[in-house]
Amino acid sequence: MTFSSDGNLLEVKNLRTYFETDDGIVKAVDDISFQLKRGETLGIVGESGSGKSVTNLSIIRLVPDPPGKIVSGEVVFDGTDLLLLPGDAIRKIRGRRIAMIFQDPMTSLNPFMKISKQLMEMTQLHLGHTKGQARAHAIRMLETVGIPDADTRADNYPHEFSGGMRQRVMIAMALSCEPQLLIADEPTTALDVTIQAQILELIKKLKQETGTSVILITHDLGVVAGMTDHVIVMYAGKIFERALTTELFSQPGNPYTNGLLRSVPDPLAEQGKLYQIPGLPPDVAHLPPGCPFAPRCDRAEEICRREFPPFVQLNADHFSLCHFAREVYSESGGTPV
Amino acid sequence: MAIENKPDHDDLLHISPEMAVAEGDVRTTEAVAYVRGTSLWRDAWRRLLKNKLAVFGLIVVVIVTLASIIGPTLIQRIFGFTPDYIPTNDIRLTRSFPPFTNPDGKFSWAHPMGTDNAGRDQFARVLQGGQISLFVGILSTIVSLLIGVSYGAIAGYFGGRIDNVMMRIVDALYSLPYVIVVIVLLSMFRSQTPRGQLILLFVALGSVSWLTMARIVRGQVLSLKNQEFVLAARATGVSNARIIFRHLVPNTLGPVIVYATLTIPQIMLTEAFLSFLGFGVQAPLASWGSLASEGIQNLAIFPWQLIFPGVTMALTLFSLNFLGDGLRDALDPQMRTI
Amino acid sequence: MLRFILRRLLVTIPTILVVISITWVLIKLAPGNFYSGEKRLPPAIEQSIREKYGLDKPWYQQYGKTMWGILRHLDFGTSLRYGGQSVNTIIKRSLPVSATIGILAYLLALLVGVTAGSIAALKQNSKWDYSSMALAMLGISVPNFVLGPILVLVFSLGLYWLPPSRWEGFPSRNLILPVLTLSALYMAYIARLTRAGMLEVLRSDYIRTARAKGLSERDVVLRHALRGGLMPVISYTGPALAFLLTGTVVVERIFALPGLGNYFIQASLNRDEPLIIGIVAFIAIVLLLMNLLVDIAYAYLDPRVRYQ
Repeated sequence: MTFSSDGNLLEVKNLRTYFETDDGIVKAVDDISFQLKRGETLGIVGESGSGKSVTNLSIIRLVPDPPGKIVSGEVVFDGTDLLLLPGDAIRKIRGRRIAMIFQDPMTSLNPFMKISKQLMEMTQLHLGHTKGQARAHAIRMLETVGIPDADTRADNYPHEFSGGMRQRVMIAMALSCEPQLLIADEPTTALDVTIQAQILELIKKLKQETGTSVILITHDLGVVAGMTDHVIVMYAGKIFERALTTELFSQPGNPYTNGLLRSVPDPLAEQGKLYQIPGLPPDVAHLPPGCPFAPRCDRAEEICRREFPPFVQLNADHFSLCHFAREVYSESGGTPV
Repeated sequence: MAIENKPDHDDLLHISPEMAVAEGDVRTTEAVAYVRGTSLWRDAWRRLLKNKLAVFGLIVVVIVTLASIIGPTLIQRIFGFTPDYIPTNDIRLTRSFPPFTNPDGKFSWAHPMGTDNAGRDQFARVLQGGQISLFVGILSTIVSLLIGVSYGAIAGYFGGRIDNVMMRIVDALYSLPYVIVVIVLLSMFRSQTPRGQLILLFVALGSVSWLTMARIVRGQVLSLKNQEFVLAARATGVSNARIIFRHLVPNTLGPVIVYATLTIPQIMLTEAFLSFLGFGVQAPLASWGSLASEGIQNLAIFPWQLIFPGVTMALTLFSLNFLGDGLRDALDPQMRTI
Repeated sequence: MLRFILRRLLVTIPTILVVISITWVLIKLAPGNFYSGEKRLPPAIEQSIREKYGLDKPWYQQYGKTMWGILRHLDFGTSLRYGGQSVNTIIKRSLPVSATIGILAYLLALLVGVTAGSIAALKQNSKWDYSSMALAMLGISVPNFVLGPILVLVFSLGLYWLPPSRWEGFPSRNLILPVLTLSALYMAYIARLTRAGMLEVLRSDYIRTARAKGLSERDVVLRHALRGGLMPVISYTGPALAFLLTGTVVVERIFALPGLGNYFIQASLNRDEPLIIGIVAFIAIVLLLMNLLVDIAYAYLDPRVRYQ
């Protein structure tokens, strides 16, 4: 069944993914909705346990089942609801039209297989390449991502590459079939700072050249600021704020976002204590009633602890999940409509 | 419990929200973890009870152990048979009866497992065999525990060359035909007193299975030794030996218990087959293995002589294995290597 | 790689000599002799027997003579009980028997074990998983000297399908029961190892990547998972062979097969020194060589180990 796309490449509507654990049901992703247009980069920010990775695994239906299960919702990709597709149909999309790269390139590559074989697998499967075509293509991809001596190094094993190189290989592998959407799950977290910058530049460059849309998951606000067009902030499985990147940083509309921004120390500010959001990340199996952030929020009031906050629209592209969204937004200089 | 990934203040732009946790709450986290730590055993016990197979195993093991300990005395009280009692008053009784029958072929409660060729009650013999088998199994496991834990703890604690050499020795021993040499040992010294033979057996059996225990303990100690409580102990001048045996070893208790529970059936199996071949327990003592070797002589005519000791043994080992598996899952579900 | 092999061989040879020496010492230390049967021999006869077999010489001469023979031409001497047959002949004759059942048993164990374990891992927590793992547990718990006779009871004496014992060469129906009895334990162990190994691998990140690439589940398992998942089974081969040897001993006794194990037990009971030493040495050599082969295979199969 196709939907009209409105120029949206991806529309996630009311996605719910739950996990059954010994501790109870963990609502890892609880009613998430967002859109992504062609050529755009979306950032998903959150602490560990916020549900950001599970969201992306849900999009391509890689959630381990058991114990996880996509309970309800729609994931409309280029007009088709991925959640309704049969098994082999979704497999054709994985890798071919939606590609994913993961956080730790050392464990994400098969240590027993040569890099060339892992790359060739992609195009042989999806594009029907012969061995020769696949190998030539693989070498081209390696060159594109900046691996020197691609022809010889292609026959190496993953452990013979450095961390940064391995991530480049993953990117090469992901982009082999020219996917429409690239999902990058914390691609630089496991790398050195200097390498991080290189990898991000690479992603940016490739994105510009091929017009691929990107979903970038990270916990690092600095990365978000430099790379994305709009941002989602997730907490306890819910979207707490959704906005254009520039607006999120200059006029945040949510106390949680405020807390995050304040935690990034300003090297130009005077000496003083570093700010930290008080409290601990929530136990998603046992959430309190009301707003999940209430225990840690510095402007929480009675209503916050009692009632679940509304998803307030602050302007055309800016939404915030808070009882006091408009107030917070005004305080940071925005004008709610 | 050190917090990993301490924020690197040189890299101010890359502090993530994860670090946005107040100092005071860090201490709370540590305190919570410590409290959780002391109820680890209760958690494990709860998990064990949920595992039906493990509970079944535990019950059977307890039943068999109790039966072996008090069984022969009980039987003597009720029926008057000891395991060695040969009925000399009636020549008709000095032969092998099938289970639950008496000399006239009618049903009788007297010999639930039948009798052996000399008219001795099989049930009492099997239970007594159980005494010996379990006794040897548990004691030998303790021997192997003592050797293995000490060896592994020392190797892991000192590390470096000492560790290297010690583990090389273990590797070499692993690939040797250990049991073959043990057989030679046991066969050469067979004519000792039964008690002497037993002690030899303990040592022999214990020395076969300490290798894996040593490896496990070494691994644990290696990962524990860099923790702060060890540094603290060192800093206050505690001797190495005390650190190893008073601080490190107790923390390896979990895997040690699991592996010990799994070693008992292995050792019992080894003892059984050694006794079966004639090298283990000597007459007049009997273990399940030696009972089986007697029983197999008359397999075609009196199959129950082999079947009862054999099945009892299999049941006991089965239960011990399930119990061991359950313990492993309960104490740390991630420890499974097999 | 070559250096690795040479280094290992260099360590192996002294190890074998140590094993032989220890065995020799044990035999010499033991009370009693090979000729001390039921009755005490008159001193004159005893003396001449001792002279004939060189037992009256000092211990270091005896040790030297034994080791010299071994090191020079791998000559282990003559059996003291089996009227003048050279140990090497006995070993040569009995080896094929043990080797046949041993190899067949292991191959069977691999075949059934790996298949059952893989399917159990793929269908985790299903009926197949639980029942095959329970069966495997049974296989580990039932001693082979119980399983063997029970099989004989059922299939030979009960149903008359298979012969109960005796060696008729290869291939013959006499092989079926001994091989089954011997392989049961390893089948069970390998099934459990495979299941655990596969489960571990299937949880790993690179399998997630393979799935994210759009590969069919079949390709993911066969091309990516199997390689890593079978590693534990491969490294188990070494110890498995050691245990297989001891298992063979019991099986040969039960089924009256004239193999190495049976001769070894007899020799131990008879205190037949040359034969004992010969068999022990042979077994040690075979084991250590097999372990070397397994290590080489492991290094070859895991590229991370290869380049060390």
